[in-house]
Amino acid sequence: MRHTGTTMLVVLNKDAYSIQREQDVILFRNRVKEFAVRIGMGVVNQTKLITAASELVRNMLRYANGGDVLIEVITRGRENGIRLTFKDQGPGIPDIKQAMQDGFSTGRSLGLGLPGTKRLVSEFDIKSTVGVGTTVTIVKWKNG
Amino acid sequence: MREQSEGIVNLVVDNLNEQTIQLDPYALEPIQEYLAGISISRARHGFSPRETSFYVLSLKNAILDVQEESAGSDIAALYESTRALNRLFDELSTNTFETFIKGREDVILRQTDEISEISTPVIRVWDQILAMPLIGTLDSARTQTVMENLLQSIVDTGSEIAILDISGVPAVDSLVAQHLIKTVSATRLMGAECIISGIRPEIAQTVVQLGIDLSQVVTKATLASALKHAFGMLKLEVRKTQPPKPFMI
Ligand SMILES: Nc1ncnc2c1ncn2[C@@H]1O[C@H](COP(=O)(O)OP(=O)(O)OP(=O)(O)O)[C@@H](O)[C@H]1O
Ligand SMILES: [Mg+2]
Repeated sequence: MRHTGTTMLVVLNKDAYSIQREQDVILFRNRVKEFAVRIGMGVVNQTKLITAASELVRNMLRYANGGDVLIEVITRGRENGIRLTFKDQGPGIPDIKQAMQDGFSTGRSLGLGLPGTKRLVSEFDIKSTVGVGTTVTIVKWKNG
Repeated sequence: MREQSEGIVNLVVDNLNEQTIQLDPYALEPIQEYLAGISISRARHGFSPRETSFYVLSLKNAILDVQEESAGSDIAALYESTRALNRLFDELSTNTFETFIKGREDVILRQTDEISEISTPVIRVWDQILAMPLIGTLDSARTQTVMENLLQSIVDTGSEIAILDISGVPAVDSLVAQHLIKTVSATRLMGAECIISGIRPEIAQTVVQLGIDLSQVVTKATLASALKHAFGMLKLEVRKTQPPKPFMI
């Protein structure tokens, strides 16, 4: 478990999903929304979180043929939030710095998914190994 | 329902008699099948999991009664058979529960398919003005249909302006945004103009932070303001009628 400052991060509740096809995206987004509503997240942050989740889950489907997602309700001190972990066994990203740039896309798309997601959430972490896979973790605090 | 219950009770009882209460996987199969059928149909008909498992457990009680009767004073045998029956029903109810959830999930999946299939209507709100309300999550396949419908309707009606209302779209991610931008460009290529309305405040903030550039697109907060804008473009004016002046000589 990671410590930030002096207060420890505690996982209150969690749920895991496997994403294999387009329909799973809708179900997953609805689950994320349910969790966000349950902790009393406002509609603006909810929308940002759902949009970020949507970007990452679509990347996972598009570039890695699917993967697994973990939804967690976390708390740190008096702050509550949602943490999402997207883990795939896809081709991996050779140059993360490049992938994080606005407009970079190998899929002839807008290239906004990763950098945009980073702007929408409170914490963003990406790890990728070519030939092994990619793991993206985001946190959105209730009032973050 | 009664028929179903009788069928299942007979299956269980037969199984118990023949196998001296051994959980033979082969004998168990038809029972599992049977219960699976029941719990799937219950899930589809909107029964709660509580009602469904209650049904399975009430069968257990029914069989217990039968066992008690036939065991007579042989308490040891009754105990043994009750334990076996318990094991059997634990297995059965776990299975029933799993099937029930699967049944529900199927319903959900089918509904999502159906919802995304609902054809998006193109409404002719005024001469030369079309409106298309979009509701629900937009995936690639659906947006393709939306775009084709809209373009075809523009041709068919000779309209100048199309309003795409996204009030009912839960989130605009880069994929949806890209589809919207494409639709707007395609409309322009056909010599018409496309307005996007129904942009809620939270959507506006998210789109900006995501980095999507909608500056080339005419966007409005509500369908009403989009319509007003459209009237302006067509040089139409909506006015309150003046009350008739009293006629004087
Ligand atoms: N899970 C992943 N596995 C492998 N490569 C990935 C993964 N996610 C992203 N990438 C790579 O990073 C690039 C940038 O991703 P990003 O989401 O920012 O843009 P995009 O998906 O190309 O376009 P957009 O998301 O705007 O439609 C992608 O083009 C792809 O090459
Ligand atoms: Mg992307």
